Amino acid sequence: MPIIDVKALVKTFPGPVEAVRGIDLDVVQGTIFGLLGPNGAGKSSTVRILATLSQPTAGRAFVAGHDVVGDSDGIRRAIGYVAQASSVDVHLTGTENLYLQGRLFGLGGRDLAQRVETLLQLFDLEDAASRRTKGWSGGMKRRLDLAMGLIHKPKILFLDEPSSGLDPESRSVMWREVKRLSDEEGMTIFLTTHYLEEADRLADQVAIIDKGLIVARGTPSGLKDGLNGDLVSLTFSGKTDTADASTRLRALAMIDTVTVSGQRVDVRTKDGARSIPAIVGALSGLDLQDVAMSRPSLDDVYLSVTGKQFALANAEGHEGAGGRKGAAA
Amino acid sequence: MKMMRDLCVLTMRLLVHNFRMPVFVIMSIVQPIIWLALFGPLFGKVTSLGGFETESYVNFLVPGLAMMAALFGSAYAGMSLLMDSDRGILDRFLATPVSRMALIGAYVAQSGVIVALQATTIILVGLLMGAGMDGGFSGYLVVLFAAFMLGSAFGALSNALALIVPRHDAIIAVMNFVILPLVFLSSMMMATDALPPWIGTIATINPVDWAVRMARGAYFGESWGGVVQYGALLTGFSAVCVMMAVRAFGRFMAKA
Ligand SMILES: Nc1ncnc2c1ncn2[C@@H]1O[C@H](COP(=O)(O)OP(=O)(O)OP(=O)(O)O)[C@@H](O)[C@H]1O
Ligand SMILES: [Mg+2]
Repeated sequence: MPIIDVKALVKTFPGPVEAVRGIDLDVVQGTIFGLLGPNGAGKSSTVRILATLSQPTAGRAFVAGHDVVGDSDGIRRAIGYVAQASSVDVHLTGTENLYLQGRLFGLGGRDLAQRVETLLQLFDLEDAASRRTKGWSGGMKRRLDLAMGLIHKPKILFLDEPSSGLDPESRSVMWREVKRLSDEEGMTIFLTTHYLEEADRLADQVAIIDKGLIVARGTPSGLKDGLNGDLVSLTFSGKTDTADASTRLRALAMIDTVTVSGQRVDVRTKDGARSIPAIVGALSGLDLQDVAMSRPSLDDVYLSVTGKQFALANAEGHEGAGGRKGAAA
Repeated sequence: MKMMRDLCVLTMRLLVHNFRMPVFVIMSIVQPIIWLALFGPLFGKVTSLGGFETESYVNFLVPGLAMMAALFGSAYAGMSLLMDSDRGILDRFLATPVSRMALIGAYVAQSGVIVALQATTIILVGLLMGAGMDGGFSGYLVVLFAAFMLGSAFGALSNALALIVPRHDAIIAVMNFVILPLVFLSSMMMATDALPPWIGTIATINPVDWAVRMARGAYFGESWGGVVQYGALLTGFSAVCVMMAVRAFGRFMAKA
């Protein structure tokens, strides 16, 4: 049985704003699940319901075997929750924040003291630990948020945009730690992100949410394989007749599509690396200047399922309809 | 018990906030001195109207001002809750198994403790200014209890308000509107017998007046019967206010 099980979940805010419009999710114990989507897609609304902070309008959700409606206490004992915005108590020191969070879970004594030490060390906060967090940088507070979420070694950890506000170095520390928690401690991690790279690097399973609906799901590589394979870009010198090149390429069996744009010819093929020798062979006599291959990224997946560029969708937010020109799903 | 332990942990956190604000600590000490030093001489002659427990107006004022401190110290307590809500701290707590009663109770208890401390300061300053305390130590304890009860009651109301209308300016406006009339419709500054009769009548249903009479009775060690009676009324009022805060909290949670 999945450790997080969501069925036809709906969340409507007064207005009405349909933040979540009937989504199904399941997360296997011990894995990392990435919920990916642009601003306003409904990521936080979903996580807040799973963390018992908000009530679903319709549908059901079970976390660690407990119903979010009616058995929220069972869930709260099993989860750690790190909100999208930092929630550090700025009047307390780093150490005090951690102690307080631990006490709320009934921890105390030596165990808690040791746990606090470990986490301060892990997130590189030892030097600042005894200073009030009011004077801390945003990234340091973010790292403290993560440490607080882990104080009681939760079975399931919810991270709402964990990398927001982190510099590249802190981000890779966070990534390493998330991986380690999942690999070594068997923790289940549910994270939301805007960053395709983050989902790609961390998540075992990904779901893409857009305007309150799940538009794609699977493993990152599975989603990428679902696209039309690799892209091979060929650039010719100015004198070359690209129409001739195009005709020759279309004759090859392993090529799916050919697109000509100026002196560049783009070719889609299932397995780029193995096709390149044949491609180059077929073009003998033409002045080929450059060959580049790229595997599809989650960005391409995103483009194909939502019809917009990820960066564009994020910039324009929920209402944004711009950039509707990409490939159809 | 888990609820009590959570309550202590969370109340301590809020008290630490208070004591880490030097302005707060200084004002808490300066304010009673200014009140006593100003009001004492200003209205000093009113005791000649009769009906006062004592010749010295400063002495008369001490228990009343202790209640005034309790009122002003708690009326804006909802701001702490709002601030925690704005900063995501409330959500962080709500996602833990912490007792919900303790969570809201801490904001109320914070007011109770702070105002009991302020009441103590006023009594100490009063003693330094020559006010006697006929009720002795037990009188002092009752004054503290009255301050705690009044502080919890208005702390709870303020928190309920913060949960229903989550805006800082709304809390200030409503509480300002409520508090001053309650002060003037009580025997806080003036002996009951010297009040205009209609104010005296209204005062009988004014919780601030209950607290003042309870505190004053104990402070002067005079009417212990009245102390018990007003203490019961005040405790009842406080319980109702706390219940309102808890209900507002329940509604707040259900709306999220
Ligand atoms: N408390 C609320 N009241 C009213 N509307 C809300 C509330 N919370 C969220 N919404 C709306 O629900 C929609 C989804 O918001 P949500 O915060 O879940 O998006 P998100 O995917 O987390 O976005 P972001 O990447 O910007 O954090 C948005 O249109 C938002 O305005
Ligand atoms: Mg969000």
